[in-house]
Amino acid sequence: MSTAANTIRLASLVARRRWREWVTEKFIYLNAVGAIALIVLIFVFVAREAYPVLVNSVVHEEVTVEALFLPQNYGTPEAPLPYVWQPVSQVPKYSLMPLLLGTLKVTLVAMLLAMPLAILAAIYTTEFAPRWLREAIKPVVELLAGIPSVVLGFFALVVLASWLQNLFDFDFRLNAINAGVAMGLAVIPIIYTISEDALTAVPRSYRNAAYALGASRAQTAWQVVLPAALPGVFAGVVLGFGRAMGETMIVLMASGNAAITSWSFSESVRTLSATIAAELAEVVFGSPHYHVLFFIGTVLFTMTFALNWLGSRMIGRLRRRLTGVDR
Amino acid sequence: MSPVVPRRLADRAFLWLAALAVLLIVAMLGVILGNIVWNGWEQITWEFLTAAPRVGMTEGGIFPAIFGTVLLVLLMTIFVVPLGVCVAIYFSEYANRESPLYRWTRQAVNNLAGVPSIVFGLFGLGFFVQFVGRGVDRAFYEGRLTYGQPALIWAALTMAVLTLPVVIVSVEEALRAVPQTYRDASYALGATRSQTIFRVVLPHALSGVLTGGILAVSRGAGEVAPILFVGAAYFLPHLPTRLNDQFMELGYHVYVLSTQSPDVEATKPLLYGTVLVLLALTFLLNLTAIAIRSRLRVGAETGR
Repeated sequence: MSTAANTIRLASLVARRRWREWVTEKFIYLNAVGAIALIVLIFVFVAREAYPVLVNSVVHEEVTVEALFLPQNYGTPEAPLPYVWQPVSQVPKYSLMPLLLGTLKVTLVAMLLAMPLAILAAIYTTEFAPRWLREAIKPVVELLAGIPSVVLGFFALVVLASWLQNLFDFDFRLNAINAGVAMGLAVIPIIYTISEDALTAVPRSYRNAAYALGASRAQTAWQVVLPAALPGVFAGVVLGFGRAMGETMIVLMASGNAAITSWSFSESVRTLSATIAAELAEVVFGSPHYHVLFFIGTVLFTMTFALNWLGSRMIGRLRRRLTGVDR
Repeated sequence: MSPVVPRRLADRAFLWLAALAVLLIVAMLGVILGNIVWNGWEQITWEFLTAAPRVGMTEGGIFPAIFGTVLLVLLMTIFVVPLGVCVAIYFSEYANRESPLYRWTRQAVNNLAGVPSIVFGLFGLGFFVQFVGRGVDRAFYEGRLTYGQPALIWAALTMAVLTLPVVIVSVEEALRAVPQTYRDASYALGATRSQTIFRVVLPHALSGVLTGGILAVSRGAGEVAPILFVGAAYFLPHLPTRLNDQFMELGYHVYVLSTQSPDVEATKPLLYGTVLVLLALTFLLNLTAIAIRSRLRVGAETGR
């Protein structure tokens, strides 16, 4: 009799345990699904407010998708103004071209500064630096990464802008170069970290083989290790580019925020991200202007999403190449 | 002339160029920190840290901004750490590397880390304020505007979504550093999977959870763009006490002081002081995280 009772008790214990395992596992899976849901929600809820730009007839009285991208007749026949961003005026003008151009200019400056510095520094760290120095450089870069962008923006606005103006005699204190340099500082840690990871992942045997063939350390670094790690380094550049495009506070504070269509880097610029930040707080809820700002947000989201996807694919390819799996 | 000489010269040049790059990065960091510490140091007084701004932000202190920041990141931590830990447990303990769920989740977290911070601001406004907030108002407050407006709780939730990847990466790294032998020993004693995870693996990865939390707080304290439209306020006479109050915040304070001040020269000392406080806060948190993590790495290498 008692054995039977014990068996029943044991069976119920096992059943309870199984039940608990099942619930825990499903709960953990649910959280993973939640992470996917979040990125979907972000897209859906930003795109939802942007959607009226495509279809709403009330919005279309002020702005159409063509007007966002194609040249319009805003000026006079003598002085045509094909691309103007001026949403608050008698005739609201919503050309995204000055903003796209501004974003491109600032990002270009940032990348031109950050790419060589970050990649060279990563090569120095992994290939030339003694161990103690390597351990010292990494926290320094992490500290640089830890500087809030609003602090970099502040520094560029208050200090850097005056230095650069004195140095290069700019007409405008706040311009694309000023914002770009500050943004370069924000991008350096990203490119450095990912490049450094990629260079470290190159197997020792590659280097030994190069040395055995009589190559010097510099030759090995430049002609063997760097090419082997190239997909990873390129991923760093792509992800850094994405970060630079979406960066908001630095450009909002340090770029001058004038939506000018010009190729000059010494003029004030306004980027896509800064436009949202500067204008959304004052915009009427549900107005065409409001929807256009969300449209800009959707554009930013889509562009950075594509860049991130590309970047992580490259890292995956690097990993496969170096470990020899899947090839 | 033998090709050896120019080759060695080129070697030298390359090495020096690479060293110069490192030096430049360190120098730039040094210049920024030096400038801010040098100009902000004298501002840090007891009154500056404990008083409210006065006379159009040209006098007084920044206490409400410090208070708001602390409140924001604490609330954010409550939301982000449990979710982040669970996703990290999924990655490290449950996921089948070949399954679509794993690949999708991994991709989602990677992409979440790359979404521009201003887009989080739009999301916070569109989802939390307009959708959830208005919904709550309709359901519980008969449509009266209570939660359907920029508020502390929405800012904290927005920030939690933004910092989620930070927590996940950090916790996952710590979970993977726990030796497999620990899990095997636990299973050998008859423990189930969940018991092993929650009583053996997770306690050993506690420093990673801590690091993740700290890094998230540091990141959250420094971000301004996401909260521009979901609750940060230029100036408030009262400290926030309820979840649907607006709040002042250090980073936002820096932005406002440096771009919208009526008298730039008069606010400059206070501005430097605020920047120094913000920087000190984020750096202290980052340094703590770096220290914990390097101890964790050493521990993992020596098999402790």
